[in-house]
Amino acid sequence: MAAARIELVLDAVTAGYAGTSVLERVSFSVGEGERVGLIGRNGAGKTTTLAAVMGLAQLISGRVLMNGADITRLATYKRARAGLGYVPQTRDVFPSLTVEENLQSAMNGGQGPEAIAAAYRLFPKLGDRRSHAGSQLSGGEQQMLSVARALVNGPKILLLDEPLEGLAPRVREELMDAIRRLADETGVGCVLVEQHVDIVLDFATKIVVLERGVPVFVGSTADLRAQPAVLDRAIGLDKVAG
Amino acid sequence: MAAVGLENATAAARPQRPAIPFLPEVMLAALGIGAFFAFPNDLAFLARILITGLFVLSLSLVLGQAGIPTLGHSASMGTGAYAAGLFAIHVSQDPLAGLLAGGLAGGVIAVVTGALLLRTAHLTFVMLTIAVAQILYEIANQAAWLTGGDNGLSGISVDPILGVFGFDLYSRTSYLYALAVLMVSYFILRTIVDSPFGLTSRGIHSDPERMRALGCNTYRHLLIVFTIGGLFAGLAGALSAQVAQVVGLASLSFGTSGDALVMLIVGGSARLPGALVGTVVFMIVEHVAATVNPYHWLFIIGGLLIVTVLVLPGGLISVVDWVSARMPWRTFGRGARHG
Repeated sequence: MAAARIELVLDAVTAGYAGTSVLERVSFSVGEGERVGLIGRNGAGKTTTLAAVMGLAQLISGRVLMNGADITRLATYKRARAGLGYVPQTRDVFPSLTVEENLQSAMNGGQGPEAIAAAYRLFPKLGDRRSHAGSQLSGGEQQMLSVARALVNGPKILLLDEPLEGLAPRVREELMDAIRRLADETGVGCVLVEQHVDIVLDFATKIVVLERGVPVFVGSTADLRAQPAVLDRAIGLDKVAG
Repeated sequence: MAAVGLENATAAARPQRPAIPFLPEVMLAALGIGAFFAFPNDLAFLARILITGLFVLSLSLVLGQAGIPTLGHSASMGTGAYAAGLFAIHVSQDPLAGLLAGGLAGGVIAVVTGALLLRTAHLTFVMLTIAVAQILYEIANQAAWLTGGDNGLSGISVDPILGVFGFDLYSRTSYLYALAVLMVSYFILRTIVDSPFGLTSRGIHSDPERMRALGCNTYRHLLIVFTIGGLFAGLAGALSAQVAQVVGLASLSFGTSGDALVMLIVGGSARLPGALVGTVVFMIVEHVAATVNPYHWLFIIGGLLIVTVLVLPGGLISVVDWVSARMPWRTFGRGARHG
């Protein structure tokens, strides 16, 4: 079986805000359809890692490559057009726009109605509520819309920053099931940042553990499970299922 | 879980349109023609309301929809007015050509200044928009050989519209001409606002960083919106020049921009009809209050603004919405969700 094509590469990325580095030489890659989990304590630099990929944090050194092309100096919107989809921590759907309009607002040219139809196939609940305003949706539906909106432009890599925060267990399962199907059926690579470590370990095939901005583990989930001491030291893991 | 069919999604992906096509424009025409017959002695004043309404509509697109906080929108209107005036004096007296010239001039000044100003944001942007309008004001003031300076640009004369409808002393033609231009402009702006382009504008207004992360070139998008807004402000200026047959420095003044902003806030900035409602209410209140008390009429305007902001944060259009929601039919305010 041929190895999945590498889409996104972080090459010794050091990044932060206002000249202060939060990340130190973070390196990992995401392949086609690969599911990567990014875990670490609060303040470890998980969100900053995604922000650095999107050009929303200050990159001090290192490179970000997409399909082999250096996108380190590109503006955020060009990175998105290069194939990155980003779902930030805040679930900021546009409250006065309907579900349909929220999706349309994200289409930056070239996509037909099939893009929206695909989003509804992934999240049938959104299709049912297409004419409802964003403010009328439940927290779970808003998060689905937030993910769907990042998908209408057909990204190759989807960056998800704590998408399960504040959601009921059943909704979490529903959302994660959709994201898993997305990766498996369409080949979209996913990077998941999440506080629920058990969910990350269940979802991801590759794990990056950050400790104070430094990657202390990059490898398969199976390898990490075989090294519980790494988890304990890096994130104080004592609630992992299994 | 049942998958949603493509056919349904395709149908739903169409922009929302009014239940009856052109309903907002038809209602606008009905109200306008009703006013034409109801107030035959006030047509000059009513024409001024329509022209100002077009100017505030253009501001609604720029500020209300896209969230561009300009306080120098008069730069485009004044430029359009002077361009149309000079066009009539030196090039052609055809009113439609003059209208086009004014609109283009307003659009050009918007794209040129916007290309620079939209690199900035927040208070810096606001201050620079004021500065641009003030610079243009001063240029118009100093270039008296061209613009008439403080005395205004006079000697503007335009041919009958389509070679048939001549401008008359009673302002009948002026009024109907302004009404027609406003209706066409409203339709175009409503179409823009209801399109995916308009939705993206609202998305940028709501969260520009998020829109960039979704792949939107927000700078280019806002520049296009700013230019379209400038074009329609220029049209309003051109219309003003042709109807009044004089262009004063006031068309470039900060006061003109400020008044338009107050009208937009009073009417409601989130939706296009708010611009028209705000213009009508503001100008009628101003007209009546200034007649009753020429010294203290600004108290009334100030009071109106305070009451609106405190009691009706969505503007007076929210009252229209409230009433129309309880009617068996839909008013022009609800014809389109945004327009």
